[in-house]
Amino acid sequence: MNWNFEILPDFIFNGLRDGAVYGTVALALVLIFKATTLINFATGELAMLGAFFVYVLNVEQGWWLWLSIAVAMAVSAVIGAAVERALVRPFDPDDHLPVVLITLGLFLIINAVAGDIWNYQVRRVNDPFGHFPSWVPNGSELKTSSDGTIACLKNADGDLVEVARGTADAEMCEMVGRTFFEVVGARLHYRTIGTWIGLALALIALAIILGKTKAGLAFRAVSSNAESARLVGVNTGRTLGFGWALASVFGTLGAALVAPALGGVNPNMMLTILIYALAAAALGGLDSLGGAVIGGLVVGLIKSVLVSWFGVVVLGQAYFSILQLAMAFLLILIVLLFRPAGLFGTRRIERV
Amino acid sequence: MTELMLKVEDLHARYGAVEVLRGLDFEVPDGNVVVILGANGAGKTTTLRALCNMCTTSGTIEMEGDDISRAKTADIVRRGVAHVPQGRGTFPELSVLDNLKIGAYTRKDKDVNADVDRWFEIFPRLEERRDQLAGSLSGGEQQMLAVARALMCRPRLLLLDEPSLGLAPLIIEDLFERFSQLNKETGLTMLLVEQNANLALDMADYGYVIESGEIALHGPAEQLKNDPAVQEAYLGA
Repeated sequence: MNWNFEILPDFIFNGLRDGAVYGTVALALVLIFKATTLINFATGELAMLGAFFVYVLNVEQGWWLWLSIAVAMAVSAVIGAAVERALVRPFDPDDHLPVVLITLGLFLIINAVAGDIWNYQVRRVNDPFGHFPSWVPNGSELKTSSDGTIACLKNADGDLVEVARGTADAEMCEMVGRTFFEVVGARLHYRTIGTWIGLALALIALAIILGKTKAGLAFRAVSSNAESARLVGVNTGRTLGFGWALASVFGTLGAALVAPALGGVNPNMMLTILIYALAAAALGGLDSLGGAVIGGLVVGLIKSVLVSWFGVVVLGQAYFSILQLAMAFLLILIVLLFRPAGLFGTRRIERV
Repeated sequence: MTELMLKVEDLHARYGAVEVLRGLDFEVPDGNVVVILGANGAGKTTTLRALCNMCTTSGTIEMEGDDISRAKTADIVRRGVAHVPQGRGTFPELSVLDNLKIGAYTRKDKDVNADVDRWFEIFPRLEERRDQLAGSLSGGEQQMLAVARALMCRPRLLLLDEPSLGLAPLIIEDLFERFSQLNKETGLTMLLVEQNANLALDMADYGYVIESGEIALHGPAEQLKNDPAVQEAYLGA
């Protein structure tokens, strides 16, 4: 046993960073579950597609990164609504199996199409929070090798401070600055803070949309009682399309925030993240937006602190690192067995 | 001769292969309260659902002379039909206030908040609970909420599906008193589905009795009340 507490804060920060991403994707899952009580397995792939839009606009077309993210979110909204209209609405909403199968099929199709267009190589993207103040247009940018796979950074003194991927070639490395603060001896990356801010802004936006707008009220009404919603004149189909659009926006935001940490975008980038997000959503109760976020943070912490720090560092068992995904499944299983409504979910009371 | 709010001819309705309504003809004159009586499974609820195009139907449904049998539910609501479904039909996860606001979903005018205040005045219990979730209200309060919610769209025709279901007798009486008041004071037309025939016939102008999806009997409320068959089947005489 090697209780290495010195590096624990690093693991906590990482866990909360990953957790914020899981929470964002879990929000997308929960939005659709609330309205339809079904799991959209294509959530991750729609988000991946959104991250590729950011890549195309920003890296290939040279647009400003934040504009690229905003446009990608808007395009994702349209795609999400179109998917709902074309592939989900024609089916009986009370019969879940066909729709779940459709989302699984979408998952495979989007993955294959993205693989066909962009192949499965990881494509480096610019990090919106990589180094201060990268969000200024024409500010510092990562230096990448010609094949787009290697990047490195130097601090103000010219020292190599971080190699993001692959081996760094000092010739390529220029400028930039630090990518993190030091907090209690650990590195708190700008990227981590940025991910938290992104999630917080997403939550605030969602609270305003759902709480203060007429479309949001209609969405909550359809989620609560679809039949009565129809009887007060709500177009339930269009409202569900709105939910899919919102969910796609949050998925894209999560994918865009996590892409730099993954080294870039690739068609398989969201596969494991979707599993963790599912665990997060289940833990939070599947129909609770706040629960999704807290669930995401908890899953991130369990993965980072319990599995990586305790398992690998303290117990010294390297194989623990491959148990991270198994942990997510175990968590889903435990929640469903002992507390099906999760931590914050509505316990459905059937009235006869 | 009073105008007809609703004129229904040869109304059929089905759920999948099961035909629930087998050719109903009935009328609801403007400003009247019409009651539909019938046993469980006779098709009362389906009749109301059919009027709002919530199930597969054939036949004609005319509202103030216009055929609405093919209209979308939302358009029927816009025409002024409010439906209080069986089992309250409130939104349990929404606050009382939001329940009322969603009732005005089809309205575009600026008087929604004034109407909320108006119904809060009439149902003070609801105002006390304006920020509570509807699911936490008692059965009687939920029924009041469902009615107030329906009235938020400023309907000209109110469809009430067994409002007395599961409520204590005193609360039922209070509720029917309010319905009666609404009808008298605002001229609101009502089509009421009930098993509680006594109270319903007291309030109603005209009644229909349906059995197995067909009209078995109809007549002015007074006459139905004194009909031996109705007395035996629905009034417990």
